[in-house]
Amino acid sequence: MAKLILSMDGLVLKEINLTKERTTIGRKPHNDIQIDNLAVSGEHAVIVTILEDSFLEDLGSTNGTVVNGQPIKKHFLQNNDIIELGKYKLKYVAEASAGQGQVADFEKTMILRPGASKAAPAGSAQAIPAASPAPASSAKNFGDTAAIQGTAAQGPASKPLAATPQKAAALQLLSGPNAGKELDLTKPLTTLGKPGVQVAVITRRPQGFFITHVEGASFPVVNGKPLDAQAHSLNDHDVIDLAGVKMEFFFKT
Amino acid sequence: MNLSGALEIASCTDPGMVRSHNEDSIASDADKGLVVLADGMGGYNAGEVASGMATTVIITELQQLLEKTGPYGIDDRSGEEVAHQLLRDQIAKANTSIYQAAQSQPQYAGMGTTLVVALFYDNKMTVAHIGDSRLYRLRGDEFAQVTRDHSLLQEQIDSGVITPQQARQSQNKNLVTRALGIDPIVEAEIHDYGTQTGDIYLLCSDGLCDMVSDDEIGLALQTLSSNLKLCAQHLVQTANDNGGRDNVSVILVRVLRGYAAPRGMIRKMMTWFR
Repeated sequence: MAKLILSMDGLVLKEINLTKERTTIGRKPHNDIQIDNLAVSGEHAVIVTILEDSFLEDLGSTNGTVVNGQPIKKHFLQNNDIIELGKYKLKYVAEASAGQGQVADFEKTMILRPGASKAAPAGSAQAIPAASPAPASSAKNFGDTAAIQGTAAQGPASKPLAATPQKAAALQLLSGPNAGKELDLTKPLTTLGKPGVQVAVITRRPQGFFITHVEGASFPVVNGKPLDAQAHSLNDHDVIDLAGVKMEFFFKT
Repeated sequence: MNLSGALEIASCTDPGMVRSHNEDSIASDADKGLVVLADGMGGYNAGEVASGMATTVIITELQQLLEKTGPYGIDDRSGEEVAHQLLRDQIAKANTSIYQAAQSQPQYAGMGTTLVVALFYDNKMTVAHIGDSRLYRLRGDEFAQVTRDHSLLQEQIDSGVITPQQARQSQNKNLVTRALGIDPIVEAEIHDYGTQTGDIYLLCSDGLCDMVSDDEIGLALQTLSSNLKLCAQHLVQTANDNGGRDNVSVILVRVLRGYAAPRGMIRKMMTWFR
């Protein structure tokens, strides 16, 4: 479950768990998070939580809402976002079940069922007011209280790993009309050769660079040895012979 | 009906880097112009059972039916297109099989599966899908998603709660709003699309599109289009390089030539004399 940490001048004042679908922030006492300061409007902002996602919305406050230094109207909260209201700071911590050892389970596809209101989490009707005009029958699923079947899968934000090897690399042509030219291998895929005659591709992967035969009767030759259909890992200063052109692969320093 | 030589199909499926089971299931028949992909869910091996039942029921039943006749024209009784009716009926059959198995066997309780099916005939295809397994099209250098997920995230995008860019950061990625085998009756979304020679269609489970951006998928299809098998393997490998958190399955279909339905006597004579 996500939470907010309220602080002023670096002093932590309190922690608020986002258990409700709407958590209101403002100066007046009926707010879920009351901040008694004249820079804060009576009804300043609201955080709408839909299952694992939370959205912050400014309610037309006098002095505005700032997230990570940027004034916002509406913002999709990400882990460690800092919300500023006057002198007060609210830190958003998406405390998914990190460390619960549920790695194998997380991101499992699950069905969101209509009507099955046994353990209604956050996603009830008001949470997604705009969802009602959504197309087709599926929209109805949200009119009712939604429940998740199975155990809730939670996990740290699923940012894909950077699919880039540490080193940059390039090819230098050693023969042919463009001899001497350099070709940086910046794309995840770089094709070489003549379409219809012989084509190979160099793929940039976290493990390094690989050359693979794509089409044509003859296979590329690396350091004098013809390749088979498998991908071949390239080493510094390998010489590739492809469609009659020689080229050298090297890592840039 | 026989489309032999009109379509080239390559596929690849992999459990990914984290899961021990592969709950995805794929099947294809190039001569019948049929491709099926399902992504199962449910505890233990129930997900595999559900997706396996879906692909098996749909491909074997349709193979038999298509043996007799092509999916052309409009059904006289219902006024519905024959292809739509064929798909709808077989999807209903698969749904019933999975639902009943889930009801009768405690170890299968709650199992279900997403589904995407494409049936190629008469220079077009009919696509049916349920859940978040997708179909994309590469035509020329334009790569676009054809199906729209039945998922919480897609509904949030449609209703403007969240932008497609933000959706990639969402924690609610894995919630589908429709699946096969969960309820006694399920409605598949069915649409027709015209095909052109040279088109490449990609069917994939969410294990691909969650791990690899659409741009990168499009780039792979364009650069490796001359070798579909390699392209399929490359896509799976990229998903695994990026973390491979889910099972990854891809089916690629390339339209090699036109495959118009035979029409009338004159046409038959023409093909005779050719």
